[in-house]
Amino acid sequence: MIIAERKPLAEVLSMLEGARSIAVLGCRSCTAICLAGGEKEAKETCEAISLHSELKGRGWEVMTLTVERACEKEFLEPLVGFSGTVVSMACGVGAQVVQEMCPDARVVPGVNTSNMGAPEGMGVFTEKCTGCGDCVLHLTAGICPITRCAKSLLNGPCGGSQNGRCEVSPDTPCAWDQIVRALEMQGRTDLLETNVPPKDWRPSRSGGPRRIVNQEARPGEAENEWRGKA
Amino acid sequence: MSASLLQEALDDGRFTVTAEIGPPRSCETERLREVARMLKGYAHAFNLTDNQAANVRMSSMASSLICLQEGLEPVMQMTCRDRNRIAMQSDIIGACALGVRNVLCISGDHQTFGNHPQAKNVYDLDSIQELMVLRRMRDEGTNWSGETLPQPPQLYLGAAANPFADPFEFRVTRLAKKVEAGAQFIQTQCVLDIERFRRFMQMAVERGLHERTHMIAGVIPLRSHKAALFMKNKVAGMSVPDHVVERLRRASDPKEEGIRLCVETIDEMRSIRGVHGVHITAIAWEDIIPRLVTEAGIRP
Repeated sequence: MIIAERKPLAEVLSMLEGARSIAVLGCRSCTAICLAGGEKEAKETCEAISLHSELKGRGWEVMTLTVERACEKEFLEPLVGFSGTVVSMACGVGAQVVQEMCPDARVVPGVNTSNMGAPEGMGVFTEKCTGCGDCVLHLTAGICPITRCAKSLLNGPCGGSQNGRCEVSPDTPCAWDQIVRALEMQGRTDLLETNVPPKDWRPSRSGGPRRIVNQEARPGEAENEWRGKA
Repeated sequence: MSASLLQEALDDGRFTVTAEIGPPRSCETERLREVARMLKGYAHAFNLTDNQAANVRMSSMASSLICLQEGLEPVMQMTCRDRNRIAMQSDIIGACALGVRNVLCISGDHQTFGNHPQAKNVYDLDSIQELMVLRRMRDEGTNWSGETLPQPPQLYLGAAANPFADPFEFRVTRLAKKVEAGAQFIQTQCVLDIERFRRFMQMAVERGLHERTHMIAGVIPLRSHKAALFMKNKVAGMSVPDHVVERLRRASDPKEEGIRLCVETIDEMRSIRGVHGVHITAIAWEDIIPRLVTEAGIRP
């Protein structure tokens, strides 16, 4: 899932200068699960903005709306035609799709979108995947060194690994320490002996913005004809 | 045929001395030249660090050239932190054109330790992949993408090893991987924990690595027990035994004690099978190197 965290209210308020009609948009998918931008957080933000407007006499009209998934256009139908300010509590993907659906609106981010990760415990979320586009988890005991090693090393831990901790922060486990121990447990230490050559980063962000086309899901000729698009 | 004087010394089986020079933080060329003149003749080669601890300094390539001009043999350090594979190959061709032959391939300290923690890191390659790329340039006469280099670089390739980092058993495997990738010499993290270093070397010798590469053990003169404590608590991947801290704390002249300790360590290193030299890192205390080398009886 996508992990995000709420922007400080003061920062959100600073983006609302000159606004009149404001819609706070929550998303029931990822940002709801990471407690940053679900229905509850959207309502809280809506109330806080209303209160600020009342206290400072801004005269803003504030409402809130939460959709199933802000990154899919079909769920954004209720917003079509809105031309005020949208405070998006959805991730950066959702915010951009909202902008596409409401070209006349001003979409401002209510959250900082951080990473692709997983809940680690109550209120703790950890990054797991960078989306490098060329997965190597089969070589690394299911632990991603691209994401979880601060240097994205592919050939083992650097000299800063000590007591299972990363040199960057004692709060961060050394991903390579975890990989070495997991491979020992799995009896696959042979994988540690082989030199992994330089990585092809083209499937990652280094190849420019990515677009994946699933041909099987594309409408075929017959369907296009039936839809009158042939 | 040797690519460099460092290679010649190591291949001849001489006990070899390398020492570290930290490039200046600005354009203090004259200061660097003075350090170079002071150290000339006290080591076979001198490492020019590459923005060590992720702090901006004069580039290792420019510093290497200045050392060459002063008649010193440079070892140019090149980290994976700041350059992608394009910049690395370009810098290697440039450095070679200027006369640099020895290159130390390292990951580099993470940028969060330095004076630009906001920076984006590169790590397109890791240190092992860096060795693979540079070796291909030299041995196959092509760049990494396979295009022919009409005049390939002459290089003597080195890497670092840290026997004091974890997981301990993997450290020798990683050393083997570096040798496999083309490391002809290895400079280790500073040895203060001699027992652990002995165990590491024993494992390396058991795998025959000492016959496939030259092992240069890192040593460091410590000025005080506070310096030792700093190394113990603040420097990632260091092992500083308590008896070392205690010895410096009790000493009436800690600086002299630090020098004695370092000379003793050099003696110990000479007795360990598979160790072919020492690498002296005297951070901000470079003027002590001539005395250390002389007292240890290892002046080239």
